Amino acid sequence: MKALCYNGVGDLRTERVPDPTIINPKDAILRVILSSVCGSDLHLLNGYVPTMREGDIIGHEFMGEVIEIGSEVKTIKKGDRVVVCSILGCGECQYCQSTQWSLCDNSNPHAWIPEKVYGDSPAGIFGYSHAFGGYAGSHADYIRVPYADRGCFVIPEGLPDEAAVFASDAMPTGFMAADLADIQPGNVVAIWGCGGVGQMAIQSAFLLGASRVIAIDREPERLRMAKDISGAEVLDFSKVDIQEALREMTGGRGPDRCIDCVGMESVSEGLDYYYDKAKQFVRLESDRPIVLREAILACRKGGTVSIIGVYGGLVDSIPMGAAMNKALTFRMGQQHGQRYIPRLLEHLQKGELNSRFMLTHKMSLDEGMKGYDLFNKKETMRVVFAPQ
Amino acid sequence: MANKKQPVSRVLGMGPIEPDASGSSRINVGDTERIGSVAGGALLATYGLRRGSFSGLLLATLGGFMVYRGASGYCPMNQALGRNTAEPTVPNQVVDSIEITKSLTINKPREAVYAYWRQLENLPQFMFHLSEVRQLDNKRSHWVAKLSDGLLAKTLGTVEWDAEILEEVDNERLVWKSLADARIDNAGEVRFVDAPNGQGTEVHAVIKYRPPAGQLGGAIMKLFNPAFEEMIKQDLRRFKQLLETGEITTIEGQPSGRKPEQQSDKKPVSEYAKIDEKHESAML
Repeated sequence: MKALCYNGVGDLRTERVPDPTIINPKDAILRVILSSVCGSDLHLLNGYVPTMREGDIIGHEFMGEVIEIGSEVKTIKKGDRVVVCSILGCGECQYCQSTQWSLCDNSNPHAWIPEKVYGDSPAGIFGYSHAFGGYAGSHADYIRVPYADRGCFVIPEGLPDEAAVFASDAMPTGFMAADLADIQPGNVVAIWGCGGVGQMAIQSAFLLGASRVIAIDREPERLRMAKDISGAEVLDFSKVDIQEALREMTGGRGPDRCIDCVGMESVSEGLDYYYDKAKQFVRLESDRPIVLREAILACRKGGTVSIIGVYGGLVDSIPMGAAMNKALTFRMGQQHGQRYIPRLLEHLQKGELNSRFMLTHKMSLDEGMKGYDLFNKKETMRVVFAPQ
Repeated sequence: MANKKQPVSRVLGMGPIEPDASGSSRINVGDTERIGSVAGGALLATYGLRRGSFSGLLLATLGGFMVYRGASGYCPMNQALGRNTAEPTVPNQVVDSIEITKSLTINKPREAVYAYWRQLENLPQFMFHLSEVRQLDNKRSHWVAKLSDGLLAKTLGTVEWDAEILEEVDNERLVWKSLADARIDNAGEVRFVDAPNGQGTEVHAVIKYRPPAGQLGGAIMKLFNPAFEEMIKQDLRRFKQLLETGEITTIEGQPSGRKPEQQSDKKPVSEYAKIDEKHESAML
């Protein structure tokens, strides 16, 4: 089959690789119909993740058709059109059973790598480096999906592929950002970052009862979408002082809830002896946690800061004094997609959420590198590959 | 650097049992032979380390084992042949045991976890370095281990020993010890405890072994102890995966853009070692 393979920093190639096969009884094989780029792929592509290997197939946000199932797959069947959560959950461990799917104990075959730096291992993720399991990704004609009954969700009839594909990652991630923020009816919510996750967080915040959402970015097209489609008030951080603007827009209180949908580019998981390297990275990139600092300073007293943008390693100069003395609540984590996807598909069907607009460019796998270049330069919201 | 901290097994109140010092923990190589062994081994180790890759590390290990044979004064061949070239004045020294303690929580009832473990024949399903465990009678069992892939395995071949269960409390604990003339003297305890709030069963394993061969052998084994620890952790993790999900999590056999020779289908003794090599080449 064809697959988009990592070959080094900034080097993706469309290659011929063997077709995937059923390895474990709970696996399924999908024919990939659509597979989207994601902001977190840029960490891999830009060389911030030391556990990528040449030849790794990337991509983790996808939907497709089930063409083969293992002997222990019970609910998903051949021919089903499904969207797959980008994070793998076994469904049996204590974390999965308490719906904290991205903390799954069993789905990362390389759990020892993150354990070295995090003390624990999070779940495996498709196409997202060996620290997160080394699973072959979705920018390919076919993909193996372990724990298929847990990760695959049948797409309701009538819901187009182009909307459903984002129920894999951008939607559950954005929704969880709003859910973590513990939005109370009438709350004013500030959201940093108007990429795919940010757009979904804006819409989800309204669904959960926010009276106003103020979205922050600097890309004109993304700000336009945040305003016209997702319904936020927008601030261009290249043009206004965000602290001052947020303070004045909220009558001097500050936003009740602040959501970081940006994260820090410099992922730094690795072995003990990469620790110093990671630290250097962070020093070099000392302006990277700027969003988190801003959110802490802007948030009203007693408010909640929700962090969904990805952080990988260490951050410098977090205003802990402000956080402590303003009695802020911090909530964060990778998305527990399996918890949210069924309800998100319903919201899509009822028209309460709109995701289709994010697909701004559809390309073939052969145009993989070109697609990521466009995305890296923020000249597109989401490039989505249609393999066949 | 000596580890001044007390062993974590003591915090758990476990593992008072010490492995016997039966064969390999004693000295049976004479001085001349020991010097030869050290020199040859050192050469190999240096070459291996210079190569820098993980296969180089394996070479270095082989060299290391030759060095320990020399430096420690214990040779398994001598032991097997009943040969002892050491001066009779050298007292029979016994090396300290090395201890590994690992705990994991499994989301299954204690009875189920215990029953699966107690059926010792099940162990090789998740302990990949074991090729066979055979129950000889209710208390005694025969163990066959393959230490590693590649060079080390070719050199050492398989390691076999008999073990005996010394203490057994159903659904709570097992204490065992290897019997006389084990290639690697070992002993241990596994404890099964209810986790709070119905989170399943805590499995606490303490394994002690005497490094085959003397104090320098001990020093070398200590270098590799993190890898062994990781191996034990991986064993427990696979045990958990098997019990909770009915399968062992893996990506072995999935496609990638790497050439077939890079896509090893061999089952690594420890993913630790395997990935380490890749990391090294990726980062350096």
